[in-house]
Amino acid sequence: MNQAPPIIEIRDLNYTVGGRPIFSGLDMEIGRGSVTAIMGPSGTGKTTLLRLITRQLRADSGTIHVAGLDVESLTRPAIYELRRRMGMLFQNGALLTDLDVFENVAFPLREHTRLPERLIRQLVLIKLQAVGLRGAIDLMPAELSGGMTRRVALARAIVMDPEILLYDEPFVGLDPISMGVILRLIRRLNDALGTTSIVVSHDVQEISAVADRVYLLAGGKVVAHGTPQQLQSDPSEIVRQFMGGLADGPVPFHYPAPDYFAELLARDGFA
Amino acid sequence: MSVLTDLRASAVDTLETVGNLAKLLVRLTAASPRAFLRIDLIGAQIYNAGALSLVIIMLSGLFVGMVLGLQGFQLLQRFGSEEALGTAAAIGLVKELGPVITALLFAGRAGTALASELGLMRATDQLSAMEMMAVDPIQRVVVPRFLGGVIAMPLLAAIFSMIGLYGAQLIGVQIMGVDAGSFWSQMRASVAIGDINEGIVKSLVFGVACSLIAVYEGYNAVPTAEGVSRATTRTVVTSAVLTLFLDYLITASFL
Repeated sequence: MNQAPPIIEIRDLNYTVGGRPIFSGLDMEIGRGSVTAIMGPSGTGKTTLLRLITRQLRADSGTIHVAGLDVESLTRPAIYELRRRMGMLFQNGALLTDLDVFENVAFPLREHTRLPERLIRQLVLIKLQAVGLRGAIDLMPAELSGGMTRRVALARAIVMDPEILLYDEPFVGLDPISMGVILRLIRRLNDALGTTSIVVSHDVQEISAVADRVYLLAGGKVVAHGTPQQLQSDPSEIVRQFMGGLADGPVPFHYPAPDYFAELLARDGFA
Repeated sequence: MSVLTDLRASAVDTLETVGNLAKLLVRLTAASPRAFLRIDLIGAQIYNAGALSLVIIMLSGLFVGMVLGLQGFQLLQRFGSEEALGTAAAIGLVKELGPVITALLFAGRAGTALASELGLMRATDQLSAMEMMAVDPIQRVVVPRFLGGVIAMPLLAAIFSMIGLYGAQLIGVQIMGVDAGSFWSQMRASVAIGDINEGIVKSLVFGVACSLIAVYEGYNAVPTAEGVSRATTRTVVTSAVLTLFLDYLITASFL
């Protein structure tokens, strides 16, 4: 399905935090115009991967190409130039708390363009209409619910008409209705705006419904990738554990610890 | 041995902080000219740091001036030179108490507000969001706040000294009965322009120091509730100690 060259291409990515390897030899390709889900157990560095793609973090080694540009070698102005072509939805929305909804969505326009006020207003109204929150234009971020906050943040992320949209855990803490709304928006915005979407999530069922492709990360590597259907029927143990939500398997239930009985007895002074 | 290692580690830490502060100061100074293109952003921060601190500055100035009037009168009376009260109060306020107490109050009122605001922006990803929108948070958020503080501080110190003088006059002249004519004329005769310059230099330097520490601590706060609270505390403590230290240096250099 990827006739065109991939818009994001990651080769042999290595990244370490405090001596703990997060990624070791990660490879990934993301096709233009697709919705790609990145899934994996908590702590596998899914959010870190988004931050590496946008160079909020620097990789230890390996290459990351975004729209044909090697992000590791870009200068600061060049990376800002590239980021203008991307929109990112943060886990908690990250709205600027001292600005109202209108000013939040208008923020990138005001910073990067010299459009007349009337046009800025129209653009903001269009984007807010797309997320269904035109009526909330005068509210402050503190007055919004979690789902509304994320929809406003989504309107802000698309206000510059980005080529790539990155979603960091867009469903965490949302009720089923808000979740359904965001889910449909991801697909609809992707198709209507012709963007490429990357969704970091561990809501297996939900994201499988809208994603074209799924990458499953574990242990610093891609352990499986393919269409959601392919992953559902994947025979490997770790994929089955994750897709089926099983408590124990290759990803252990227990955090590494010394022997249970030895420790219990040691605490009582018997060992 | 371990005491020595600890001492060495904390010395390295302190030096590193001083170095980072210097680097940030250079970066802020370099970014400042461009910030004046967005004068509305600086104006809003002068309002936050300055106008919102006015009440506490004016009240404190009044009380400090009143105490100065009372203590000065008691002291000068022993030498029979109560008329010098105006001079004593003016020099004390303009050279020392105005800039120093204003800086301490400024660190407590505006500095903590700055540090916790920036720390919370960091903790709630607002600074990362700006980075992602290709907006430099230093240029857009930190520089206007820094400049707002630098501009507001000397103005606040001037207002503090003025109100303080009124307080000293209120007690000395209105209540203790010092002659109003000699109070004001002695002040005008013996307060030199150098005294006023010293006060202006001090309030400018303190403004830079307190604003720099506040934005440094806030911007580099650990993005947790505990991290933000530590940044806020450190802002007040470091600002206060540094203000008093710089006060000594500037006083000595003006002799």
